[in-house]
Amino acid sequence: MRKVLSALWVAGCFACANAQNPSASAVSAKASAPVDFTGYWVALVTEDWRFRMITPHKGDYQAVPMTPQARKIADAWDPAADEAAGNQCKAYGAGAVMRLASRYHITWQDENTLRVDTDWGTQTRLLRFNTASAAGERSWQGNSVAQWEKPSSLKVTTNNLRAGYLRKNGIPYSENAVVMEYFDIAPLPGGGQVMLVTSIVDDPQYLLLPFIVSSQMKKEAGGEKWNPTPCSAK
Amino acid sequence: MQREMILLFRYVLVFCLVSGFASAQVELTGSWAARNHEFLTGDGLPVDFTGIPLSPEAQIRALSYSNSQLAMVERQCQGWPAFYLVQGPFGLKIWSETDPLKGSVISYTIGGWEDRAPMTIWMDGRPHPSKYALHTRAGFTTGVWEGNTLVATTTHMKAGFLRKTGAPSSDEATLTTRFYRHGDILTLLAIIEDPIYLAEPWIVSRSFQLSAAPLAPIGPPCVTTYEGTTRETAPHYLPEKNPFVDEMTKKFGVPRDAAEGNPEALYPEYRKKMAAGK
Repeated sequence: MRKVLSALWVAGCFACANAQNPSASAVSAKASAPVDFTGYWVALVTEDWRFRMITPHKGDYQAVPMTPQARKIADAWDPAADEAAGNQCKAYGAGAVMRLASRYHITWQDENTLRVDTDWGTQTRLLRFNTASAAGERSWQGNSVAQWEKPSSLKVTTNNLRAGYLRKNGIPYSENAVVMEYFDIAPLPGGGQVMLVTSIVDDPQYLLLPFIVSSQMKKEAGGEKWNPTPCSAK
Repeated sequence: MQREMILLFRYVLVFCLVSGFASAQVELTGSWAARNHEFLTGDGLPVDFTGIPLSPEAQIRALSYSNSQLAMVERQCQGWPAFYLVQGPFGLKIWSETDPLKGSVISYTIGGWEDRAPMTIWMDGRPHPSKYALHTRAGFTTGVWEGNTLVATTTHMKAGFLRKTGAPSSDEATLTTRFYRHGDILTLLAIIEDPIYLAEPWIVSRSFQLSAAPLAPIGPPCVTTYEGTTRETAPHYLPEKNPFVDEMTKKFGVPRDAAEGNPEALYPEYRKKMAAGK
């Protein structure tokens, strides 16, 4: 009898561990999603308003733990030069994209890839659960590896980035920056949902400490207010 | 056989309890250092209510606020309401009180500071008091676990301020705080509702990082002193005569209605309005 009970215990523990780690099974990320992030989300600009809704003045770097080298680069920020060089999307890269005053449309591109589109800057992020397919040249959105964190979170790690800006006034992150994000969803009073994205940008070249911000987006019923507008360096 | 069935029952019970606890909670106690990479309230300019969806009444009242009120002896130690958890520059020291018999958490306490009262989050299922009960600076808070997220609900706060620049909060305001822990990062999502001074819920968040260095569970005592404001004086402005009403516009180019807490300014389409110069 004791052997039977021990076997039951081991089987139970195995089942529990397997439930915590869906990647161990052949079930797709979409099928094993513990929570539904898809839909239209609108940024709630309730914090850092003057850094997000308007382009801050050169030299307004409040609260960013910049290295002296980063400050020198930011002090030389020239939006016209960025436009001329085709770098008008530098402030729309993965290090800052979820902090934009934008709308976000999240869909499943395939069974193992979540797609995030922004209307401001018309950026596309691919959050891949199947890491084998991640590769390619550096880009504004880099390579993002996604994994579910039970019971209800999404963890995304992004690298292979082009150097970009944390804020529109030229606060830099380097191409070696790594962006870690956690996505969570909470109910709103009176119905609806809010998505919380905690973003940690780690860049020893330009940041004295990992840059940690959290942003909120409210779910919208549809895409009626979706308004694609191109990147602007100004 | 009966003894073996009892044994089986105990195995199953222990398994369920262990797996249930493991999946339902995370450790929140410890010292969580502030990183302050987001807006620091009170460190900006007066008449900065950007990002707060103030009601029309609140916008008028906010414009009447003078920071010199803090020089009044009776206001020097008033502190800030529980919203200050996600507004102020301080870290969080969190500890728990444990039931000595059951081992369950009776409450969590978030330590205070000179201008922030400690917050006790009751986890033992006690109800919130009557709406006529005493309102305090910290308010009354209960908590429940939703998966790995602690959800704390605060009521019974004294009327105070949503932001140190003078955006008001009423004693009917409530605060729902969700604690998300991811590794050594703790993010608080705060949903603030105020039927009098907010046009819609104000949703803000702040992240903290686990610190090996212990944070103080309490700040220095607040001691009042004469700061030059006579007893007969209550510093304020007539709303239409606030001399700082254009500071955000002059210094940062923020439109005046956004600085005054226009709820429309929280949403991306407000950029179009700005571009059109409206």
